[in-house]
Amino acid sequence: MIWSVSWRNIWRSKTRSLVIITAIALGVFAGVYTIAFMIGWVNQRINGVINTEVSHLQIHQADYLETNEVHCYIPNIGEIRDNIANNEGVKAVSSRLIASCMISSAETSSGILLTGINPKCERETSNVHTKIIKGKYFEGVKRNPIIIGEKLAQKLKVKVRSKLVITVTEMDGTISGGAFRVAGIFKTANSAFDEAKAFVRISDLQKLLNIEDNVGHEIAILMNKNGGENIIAQKLRRQYPKLNIMTWEELLPDIKMLNESTDFSLYIYVVIILLSLGFGIVNTMLMVILERVKEFGMLMAIGMSKIRVFTMVVLETVFLSFVGGCVGIVLALGLIALTGKIGLDLSLWAEGLNSLGFEAIIYPEIGTVPVVVVTVLVIITGILSAIYPARKAIKLNPAEALRMDT
Amino acid sequence: MKVLDIQNITKVYTDSEIEVKAVNDVSLSFSQGEFAAIVGPSGSGKTTLLNIIGGLDKPTEGEIVINSMNINKLSSSELIHFRLHNIGFVFQAYNLIPVLTAKENVEFIMELQGKSKAEREKRSLELLSGVGLVDRINSRPAKLSGGQQQRVAVARALASKPMFVLADEPTANLDSKSTETLLEIMEKLNREENITFIFSTHDQRVVNKARRVITVEDGRIVSDKSNS
Ligand SMILES: Nc1ncnc2c1ncn2[C@@H]1O[C@H](COP(=O)(O)OP(=O)(O)O)[C@@H](O)[C@H]1O
Ligand SMILES: [Mg+2]
Repeated sequence: MIWSVSWRNIWRSKTRSLVIITAIALGVFAGVYTIAFMIGWVNQRINGVINTEVSHLQIHQADYLETNEVHCYIPNIGEIRDNIANNEGVKAVSSRLIASCMISSAETSSGILLTGINPKCERETSNVHTKIIKGKYFEGVKRNPIIIGEKLAQKLKVKVRSKLVITVTEMDGTISGGAFRVAGIFKTANSAFDEAKAFVRISDLQKLLNIEDNVGHEIAILMNKNGGENIIAQKLRRQYPKLNIMTWEELLPDIKMLNESTDFSLYIYVVIILLSLGFGIVNTMLMVILERVKEFGMLMAIGMSKIRVFTMVVLETVFLSFVGGCVGIVLALGLIALTGKIGLDLSLWAEGLNSLGFEAIIYPEIGTVPVVVVTVLVIITGILSAIYPARKAIKLNPAEALRMDT
Repeated sequence: MKVLDIQNITKVYTDSEIEVKAVNDVSLSFSQGEFAAIVGPSGSGKTTLLNIIGGLDKPTEGEIVINSMNINKLSSSELIHFRLHNIGFVFQAYNLIPVLTAKENVEFIMELQGKSKAEREKRSLELLSGVGLVDRINSRPAKLSGGQQQRVAVARALASKPMFVLADEPTANLDSKSTETLLEIMEKLNREENITFIFSTHDQRVVNKARRVITVEDGRIVSDKSNS
């Protein structure tokens, strides 16, 4: 019956309860929605990194990442690629030639990493082909087509079908050049990527570099789903001890840290919200106790034990916060479902976001874990906020409480 | 059978350096089945005396023996437990839990005692019909008149099957009609079920119903006689 008494007690002063419930609801709503926003944001960034930029795993020759030298290549790359593709969980594998080079238009030139790819394999491994905003992905230009990013196109002041000259250092150290024609221009969420990367057919780059057949600088592996890469990485490390095999987390440790620190800082943020709500709850409950001094006196006089009175006050407080918390969570989940579908358009700040690698349209998302954690935190807040008022209640002397004037 | 025995009770309040002897060397004993009134003007020490008898307040001096158990040394938590099982209370006002119905208020104390749902249901209905409120069992206190609320309080006080019922000016807030009804009910319960009532009042009409009248003045008993 104590549960029912507590529950009914919170509706005795409707306005006061509704005020505090609304405050808690708003706080929790803001907290949960912010969590979903941040999770959506970070996950989009991670998916962008994986699907567009680095895939789940990359393999290089041991020294390659440090030197970026043309001769640090992986021999027999075709066999390795086919062998990897046979592993379970592997969705697609692409082998690439990479050359750091100068790219020049009639106007100006820029230093980039030119990647030679097999467009068929590459389409499976990376979604750059879906990011084409002008022209086509290796179509429409017969000889030496090149795909460049929008940022680079702007910098070089070129359009689709413009001619670009690439200057590379060949295997033997001689400088050589070749003319390419822009087939397509892509735009990803990461403008740094768009500025520094360009793609040509692997056969064209092979000729330019004067490099032998069946070699490459990079193998990119896309898994069927996130998380499977670690097992494959271990297996491949055993199989190819001489090669450098790295997961996307190892390649981009800052992204990994972003992912991990986001969760933690979000919970801190929610705790801060709840802490300030807690003071409001304490205040409300102190008012409640003060108003009901005679009633508490009566209850203890007729034989309600201190532990029961304490429990009653705690339950009342927990109900109050729980109701507010649930309302806030439900509202937040509603808005998350809505904006998760249509997206939250931040294009006003798109330039700044893109330069950091973030999308301009955010799709908030949330899992069960954060919702459960927030609910538990709300209940804990209720319990903690109840302790001081409840102690006040049980410290009342029934004889004196009953004598109190009203 | 003696249900209550107090010896040389004194209660001194020290209020801003001034000592007030609210109860001054009072000795009393009550037997099972008494219907006793403690009478005196306002400030004479009736409430203080009843609070001490009921274990709500500690005396400055003296001994309280209830049902051959000395309650002086009990801690405040032990006293709560003792009151729950041994004493029924009716106060002047604020007797009931506002969010519970009449029946739930009566059941509440039995639930505190750990009685089964079936027993609570049965006894609360019996008691509420005994005080003439069988048609109001599902009303919350705010929907009841002052007299009806006090009758629920009496039913609640009896629900725990106490040794005796203490009622501090139970009729102080009631009109004369309700006062009469409440006293008739208390008297009937006393007569038919041998329940011991000790109540305070300064209302002469209430005094007339008592079988024993204890008059206090300035914390002292000035007379203690049976009224027939
Ligand atoms: N907590 C207290 N502190 C100081 N004096 C008190 C306190 N409670 C009661 N008194 C004094 O004790 C005396 C008896 O009071 P009380 O028992 O309430 O009398 P009654 O119930 O007969 O009106 C009064 O003079 C009152 O002012
Ligand atoms: Mg009094």
